[in-house]
Amino acid sequence: MTDPIPPTANPAVPSAATEANAVDTTVPAPPGASTPRSAPATTTARSGMFAAHGSGDTSGFGGLITAPHIPQPSPRPYGGYFDEVADALAAAMADRGIPDSAIYQTTVAHQEITFYVGREHLVALLWALRDDASLRFELASSISGVDYGLGVPQRLHVVYHFTSMTYRRRIRLEVAVEVEDAHVPSAVEVYPTADWHEREIWDMFGVVFDGHPALTRILMPDDWEGFPQRKDYPLGGIPVEYKGAEIPPPDQRRSYT
Amino acid sequence: MSVHTDTPEDAYTAGPEGPRSARSQNTTEGRVFTVTGGDWDALMADENFNDEERLIVNMGPQHPSTHGVLRLVLEIEGETVTQARSVIGYLHTGIEKSCEFRTWTQGVTFVTRADYLSPAFNEAVYCMAIEKLLDIEVPRRAQVIRVLLMELTRITSHLVALATGAMELGALTGMTAGFREREEGLHLMEFLTGLRMNMAFIRPGGVAQDLPFGYEDKIAGFIEVMEKRLPEYDKLLTGQPIWKARLKDVGVLPLEGCMQLGITGPVLRSAGLAWDIRKTEPYCGYEEYEFDVPTSTDADCYSRYLLRLAEMWESLKIMKQALAKLAEPGPVMVADTKIAWPAQLSVGADGMGNSLEHVRKIMGQSMESLIHHFKLVTEGFSVPAGQSYVAIESPRGELGCHLVSAGGTRPWRVHLRDPGFVNLQAMPAMSEGGMIADIVAAVASLDPVMGGVDR
Repeated sequence: MTDPIPPTANPAVPSAATEANAVDTTVPAPPGASTPRSAPATTTARSGMFAAHGSGDTSGFGGLITAPHIPQPSPRPYGGYFDEVADALAAAMADRGIPDSAIYQTTVAHQEITFYVGREHLVALLWALRDDASLRFELASSISGVDYGLGVPQRLHVVYHFTSMTYRRRIRLEVAVEVEDAHVPSAVEVYPTADWHEREIWDMFGVVFDGHPALTRILMPDDWEGFPQRKDYPLGGIPVEYKGAEIPPPDQRRSYT
Repeated sequence: MSVHTDTPEDAYTAGPEGPRSARSQNTTEGRVFTVTGGDWDALMADENFNDEERLIVNMGPQHPSTHGVLRLVLEIEGETVTQARSVIGYLHTGIEKSCEFRTWTQGVTFVTRADYLSPAFNEAVYCMAIEKLLDIEVPRRAQVIRVLLMELTRITSHLVALATGAMELGALTGMTAGFREREEGLHLMEFLTGLRMNMAFIRPGGVAQDLPFGYEDKIAGFIEVMEKRLPEYDKLLTGQPIWKARLKDVGVLPLEGCMQLGITGPVLRSAGLAWDIRKTEPYCGYEEYEFDVPTSTDADCYSRYLLRLAEMWESLKIMKQALAKLAEPGPVMVADTKIAWPAQLSVGADGMGNSLEHVRKIMGQSMESLIHHFKLVTEGFSVPAGQSYVAIESPRGELGCHLVSAGGTRPWRVHLRDPGFVNLQAMPAMSEGGMIADIVAAVASLDPVMGGVDR
């Protein structure tokens, strides 16, 4: 019998075996992990298909290698209102004594602008975004967490979507942290609406928002263990009444990607 | 008083009537009585109890007036609420996580069940976020159909807001009238898409299929019925003294409060800001439609009721214009066969089925078509890596969808910014200091749908 399907057969969550023969193209975490110089990779390199490994696959698909996706910095001009926002933001940061390095990368993709922000200056930046006359991002539309999965540097991201009702503009801020040091300053003092968004991200991803007035679980029961939307959260399989067979959990089934 | 369920039995002092009467417990905050059901008499007879106690009452999640499985924890003084907190999560179904293990197209079936009173909006915002990542343009006719379905859904959703809101305040005729009209809307929805709710009719790249034969008359008939029935609400509720007494100057949330709490939708417009994403950042061709954004400056429950009523009239206006635009034929799905569902559905003997012509082609003539059909249906299409955020104006406010793709045939992350979730944060600001009965009116005027709040 050949090797069984490895326990973490989701290709996006490579097991030790798949990592060994995958090309290592991940960006190394910079020395001060909380202040990276470029946006972290969002996937690991993958090889093969159908989540099948060590099965003597002769189809040729086993040789496929997919490079990791790393958001690239965009050159000026960004186009549209993005340049105005970036200039206004730079001016507001200079006014308020926020160093330029607070925004370490700006990416324009899919008609949206993303500022990658270090968490040290996040709250100062939020005050600038909300109160500066040329920015006026009054509405924190949405704050969501993303877990980019095992093997990715700084895999937990907190993504802020801001809307300027005055200028009718939208921007995105992104903060990336390590799982071992999942701390992000709370935005509640600037945007009280962030309260429940941050509680949901704590509940689902286990990101601690320092300074949040009452960071408790919101969707799951208070005594729940684990963070359900993390990619390594164990999912249940379905037992089948046939010779002890079991339908594997969804993240361990064979899949196309 | 507060509820303790996990404390060992011997930690309590049994009440005078034995274990089933009110029990008390010494805590760091003093003596805590746990009172359930009918043991108030026993408690009042207890000489340790006096009128100065803090009283915490649990309302819901199975309370008929909390607008779904919403639980309110209220600290009351007489009939006045001094503090209120909402507890949510009773309808959390993991929709966002479930989407990560299905193809992009299958995800529509999940998100449509989030805010179950506005399914067309959930589908549309999710599909628009995918289309943004794919960088594709949806055909014009599909856009018009989307607008038509969304406005029809807005009417049926506002009717529930009105009907359940009226029921929670004791106006039962408002409830029966609201659901009668909603039934008209759902019948039309069933005729157009095949299902009353959770249609999954809007798909990435367009809509599932063109509208069925005879849709013009059905839509026109619905508009006619609604135009006759909507004025009845003015007769039934608008001028009615009890209705006004229950809603006027109740649940006030001024503009500053709305802005701080990120409130959108009718609640924000009732505070005076004409913020409607259909006007401010038009999508699906809304810039071509003529309609007004009703606003008010009263910022109370009554103004929100009037706004919802006015918005239904505006939606009827938009539906009429969409119906006129539908006269022009055209495709309802992108031409790219790597994305568009291969099978053209047609009405067969069993009511609905695959097109016989298509089945003949893939089974008898073209092996490649069969492979293509199979691959697209089982594997799905890939979406380039990246992320997108799209916001639309749902009946409750800004409905956003944040999608992350890792480049595969499944979403890496789906997040719905549900307006009900965000708006519900305003419940304490609206109701603290008011009467218990006014909390019911305030929550009803926020109109949270717990399916969307908890996802």
